[in-house]
Amino acid sequence: MTALAEAPIVTGAGLAAPALGVRGLRHSYGSRAALEDVSFALQPGELAILLGPNGAGKTTLFSLITRLHDRQAGSIAIFGSDPRRDAGAALSAIGVVFQQRTLDLDLTVRQNLRYAAALHGIAAPEAAARIAAEIERAGLAGRGDEPVRRLSGGEARRIEIARALLHRPKLLLCDEATVGLDIPGRQAILERVRALAEKEGVAVLWATHLIDEVRAADRVILLHRGRVLADGPAERVAEQAGAGSLGAAFTSLTRGPGA
Amino acid sequence: MSIAHYRRCLWGVIWREALRFAQQRERFFAALVRPLIWLFIFAAGFRSVLGVSIIAPYETYITYEVYVLPGLVGMIQLFNGMQSSLSMVYDREMGSMRVLLVSPLPRWYLLVCKLLAGVFVSLLQVYAFLLVAWVYGIELPPVGYIAVLPALMLTGLMLGSIGLLLSSLIRQLENFAGVMNFVIFPMFFASSALYPLWRLQEANELLHDIAAANPFTHAVELIRFALYGAFNPVSAAVVLGCLALFLGAAILAYDPARGLAARLGGATG
Repeated sequence: MTALAEAPIVTGAGLAAPALGVRGLRHSYGSRAALEDVSFALQPGELAILLGPNGAGKTTLFSLITRLHDRQAGSIAIFGSDPRRDAGAALSAIGVVFQQRTLDLDLTVRQNLRYAAALHGIAAPEAAARIAAEIERAGLAGRGDEPVRRLSGGEARRIEIARALLHRPKLLLCDEATVGLDIPGRQAILERVRALAEKEGVAVLWATHLIDEVRAADRVILLHRGRVLADGPAERVAEQAGAGSLGAAFTSLTRGPGA
Repeated sequence: MSIAHYRRCLWGVIWREALRFAQQRERFFAALVRPLIWLFIFAAGFRSVLGVSIIAPYETYITYEVYVLPGLVGMIQLFNGMQSSLSMVYDREMGSMRVLLVSPLPRWYLLVCKLLAGVFVSLLQVYAFLLVAWVYGIELPPVGYIAVLPALMLTGLMLGSIGLLLSSLIRQLENFAGVMNFVIFPMFFASSALYPLWRLQEANELLHDIAAANPFTHAVELIRFALYGAFNPVSAAVVLGCLALFLGAAILAYDPARGLAARLGGATG
């Protein structure tokens, strides 16, 4: 543990706490370091792409933010709440879309969502209304009583996003949410998430290893071997790396010395 | 977090388990057939071999089928407790355990909800079994059918906690088959489920001591007494003590800071 470990997140005078503040985060599994001194902050309504190849530490980072594991060093704050000391407040503010498929295939869409609503303590009548609205927003109106098994990969993903939004979180974490989908399916999901940030002020941390999901103006946090190699608008990250495109920058940065 | 939130969460977890159970008819069928085979075949064959003298809570001579009934009820709960934990290993691999654990209520409460959902399913199985046994001619005093309910809750929670603890130790589904052999069978056979302890004592002193110390013996005895409207304080104390011990250990094992869960998973991405 260093002195940094318990240092508060600096928010600046007069500014509200960031949606997500991560500082000096370090984590290892046995002797294998998964994260090394990771720091960044995400403001409400901001979308950031957490870009990194497989094994970069994206899932570990998400596990620490959602308190599936406890961090070993550093600090995390979700709207000022520490997931270790005040897990309830921190977790209430977060919606998560996991890398793995986590819907019950034999239950219907509505049953899956009702279960999630119960976990978040939403009263039944309110839950029913929100579920109907989210199913509609996911473009699956009229299919709420179908078992999830009958949905396509993209449709199931949209339901997982709907599930993550039921309790109206202000921070959405998506871990490789488009993996295994075709291009139109990926685009539809990304559009939906971008709209959430722009129109509804939800902060989004979007983890991916797919470079083509990044737009020039997007903020990119480039994670490689557990370290943040670059953090800024995609075009500037590319410029600083002396590469013509983000793709080239990604390749050169993740192949650099020590990599 | 309000009381209503806790209540809705518990209800949601039980409701999901009940829905999944309703869709797995073969699981219900298997859970019912297993003890019935023991009752119809094993116990029927054994009745002439084994005489059971009058011991509490029985007031008359009983047939072997009557003796073995509570043990088979315990067996249903033992299998169910281990199967729930099997489903937790599966859930963890498939990620749906994560959905539960990232919801905002305290983790110990979420785990207790999961256990209670498993107990609820075991109650359905036990009452279906008792109904078939009743049709077969094994009638219990009416009060027994009610008095056994709190006993089943306790024993179900205790066996579920053992399963939960095991599920935190098992990394992969394949290892679970071994646990069935090394946990379920020894617990079942070295207990008072199939033969009274005094019979074991005549046969083998060491085996008797092992069975007397086996938590499953006390689960069976608690159920046996309750089925006749009686209370066995020693067994109740042992079951409660084991419940506290195993549940506490399971909650620690799932604790993100100290637990084994911290060392599992997270290997990708």
